[in-house]
Amino acid sequence: MAALTREETEALIQEVLEVYPEKAKKDRAKHLMINDKELESSKKCITSNRKSLPGVMTMRGCAYAGSKGVVWGPIKDMISISHGPIGCGQYARGGRRNYYVGTTGVDSYCEMNFTSDFQEKDIVFGGDKKLAKLIGEIEGLFPLNKGISIQSECPVGLIGDDIEAVAKKAAKELNKPVVPVRCEGFRGVSQSLGHHIANDSVRDWILSNRDGVEFATTPYDVAILGDYNIGGDAWASRILLEEMGLRVVAQWSGDGTLAEMENTPNVKLNLLHCYRSMNYISRHMEEKYGIPWLEYNFFGPTKIKESLRKIAEHFDDKIKEGAERVIAKYTPMMDAVIAKYKPRLQGKKVMLYVGGLRPRHVVGAYEDLGMEVVGSGYEFAHNDDYDRTIKEVGDATLIYDDVTGFEFEEFVKALKPDLIGSGIKEKYVFHKMGVPFRQLHSWDYSGPYHGADGFAIFAKDMDLTLNNPCWNMMQPPWQEKPAKSLLKEPVVYEAVPKAA
Amino acid sequence: MAKLRQAAIYGKGGIGKSTTTQNLVAALAEAGKKVMIVGCDPKADSTRLILHAKAQNSVMELAAEAGSVEDLELEDVLSIGYGGIKCVESGGPEPGVGCAGRGVITAINFLEEEGAYTDDLDFVFYDVLGDVVCGGFAMPIRENKAQEIYIVCSGEMMAMYAANNIGKGIVKYANSGGVRLAGLICNSRNTDREDELIMELARRMGTTMIHFIPRDNVVQHAEIRRMTVIEYDPTAKQADEYRALAMKIVNNTNFVIPTPVTMDELEELLMAFGIMEVEDASIIGKTAAQLAAEACQLAA
Repeated sequence: MAALTREETEALIQEVLEVYPEKAKKDRAKHLMINDKELESSKKCITSNRKSLPGVMTMRGCAYAGSKGVVWGPIKDMISISHGPIGCGQYARGGRRNYYVGTTGVDSYCEMNFTSDFQEKDIVFGGDKKLAKLIGEIEGLFPLNKGISIQSECPVGLIGDDIEAVAKKAAKELNKPVVPVRCEGFRGVSQSLGHHIANDSVRDWILSNRDGVEFATTPYDVAILGDYNIGGDAWASRILLEEMGLRVVAQWSGDGTLAEMENTPNVKLNLLHCYRSMNYISRHMEEKYGIPWLEYNFFGPTKIKESLRKIAEHFDDKIKEGAERVIAKYTPMMDAVIAKYKPRLQGKKVMLYVGGLRPRHVVGAYEDLGMEVVGSGYEFAHNDDYDRTIKEVGDATLIYDDVTGFEFEEFVKALKPDLIGSGIKEKYVFHKMGVPFRQLHSWDYSGPYHGADGFAIFAKDMDLTLNNPCWNMMQPPWQEKPAKSLLKEPVVYEAVPKAA
Repeated sequence: MAKLRQAAIYGKGGIGKSTTTQNLVAALAEAGKKVMIVGCDPKADSTRLILHAKAQNSVMELAAEAGSVEDLELEDVLSIGYGGIKCVESGGPEPGVGCAGRGVITAINFLEEEGAYTDDLDFVFYDVLGDVVCGGFAMPIRENKAQEIYIVCSGEMMAMYAANNIGKGIVKYANSGGVRLAGLICNSRNTDREDELIMELARRMGTTMIHFIPRDNVVQHAEIRRMTVIEYDPTAKQADEYRALAMKIVNNTNFVIPTPVTMDELEELLMAFGIMEVEDASIIGKTAAQLAAEACQLAA
């Protein structure tokens, strides 16, 4: 059951839109919908992947963020150069918590910032000579790097630096892949285009590098695509896949390596977790190498079991038995997690506003804990994401695309969720409103949340946040009367029950 | 001390902006005026006739060598030439790389911050690359910079198109700042009825042809010696032409927001003066073969 009825939700949308000027109201109305599980397509109900309105607060990032921050950055043995002024690289360094095994600065480089640090003279005279020099210095200082990518920041696109020529020359000299990526931040409407550009550059410069080279395959080779190993997610996923008898050849791109990516055309099946950021390369490998791809979801026991069986369908009985064995092994553990936390979380309402896959993928995990998602939305989804979301969230659930700061706050005031899952830009606004909040981009300082191990941590984190006694202490001692909450009715949380 | 006047010279590429500007400035200096030239073109050839140099060290070139523009001192970039004329070149990249427009912005900001616009100056002239292709090349006409603009043109069709387009650019900045069109300078190419034509264009754009500079080989003779006519041969008739232009500019008070003409109007003007053929609608979009076939039919 949703927090509000369909009619009430409709009225809420109208009320919130009321403050906008006519044109903005008309535009934003297209980005808000009320879910109807019967729908086959989201096309008539919601518009997505459009330019944000000037004047609103949007949470979106840029193409550079999508390419450097999401896709390329986590490849641990490659060095990503942020080509342009220093800020983009400095603020896109390690913030996504992509874990990796390796020695930073020796054979792994994810948390470091490599930049051409553009100055006035580089804008005027062009930055390609500096770029070539920088690549030479990288090679001298970090000789164990396996390759280099050049991530274009905005000015590179404006002044027309020929990074392709520099890359080609450097690749020849170093005998390593040097990949020019045209992910200037002003391209497209969000980070989404950056994912696409990054996928295309992987396709053009990396994927076919080992075509024709001998590779000892097994019938059980798979690759994990679209898992960025945030807080160790891919590791927790890998345990389940390997225990069911599959061989994970590559992780794209969390804790991933260049060699893994180059070997991926040999796998039997591509397993796609974040559809939005890696569907492009999955489709390409299907076309070029005939490798099928499968979307799966490793959040929460229900989806994990469903996904393991769906994956096993693509293999022989050995793997099918393996899937059942894995399910049998981990079900008691996950049941214990549910037994412990469900009584403390039962009936609690959640609102989500995240990026590529989580607004739909984590719904099952919350439901396993007896919680309900009453509102969900994406920063940069396309309509194929909403098509998939319709089936995952309940009827009459409020769905918002590229939600504005104002809308999100108003929706929270009306829907009164017990927990919000979103990003760092939203976090403190809702903290100040007295609403429990978890970061669902970076898992705050926690994780993994994928797989059986991840579910235990996920459940614990939600409980720690939601049932934290601090929410009862929002009233400062110098105020005689209870602080007038921004919420229409202040949320009152019971004291934490004794651990079960 | 009169107030400093800042003027920018625009016009189609190759029309003779730099030559005209330097001769004009030399005439002003000869008349005792204190003048500075700021070259706003990556080619950096706006001061060579004053300095007798191939090309002066430019602000951006020196900044690139020193590390950044903050590392430069004014005396590094400012050269004094004929008649005490102060010369600065903004400079910029070789063709095909980087952003020359940004170079102009950086260089002019540098000059302002370093106090190049001293009180003793009577005039600053900005010699700007052919067309206002981007915001950088409009820098000299933004607020607190050049207040008067002179467009160098000739009786050739493309020069007039360019002059009219520059007029359109000025309108934008005239409405937001104080910049005004101060006149057209006709640098003659010896086309028919050139003076009348430019006077008519100027009238329609709401301004005047401030001076007609006839063609004279002495300009080339001076140029190969890297000199202005004023300095090379002060007795030449052409030197008097530049002196006349200089005096007209000194006394000019006719500063207007231009009224650029429409494309149709301009073409009609060109047709009236026989520069352009009257348009024959029946031949538009027809290939030579089609026209030949039609001619055959007519003959038959």
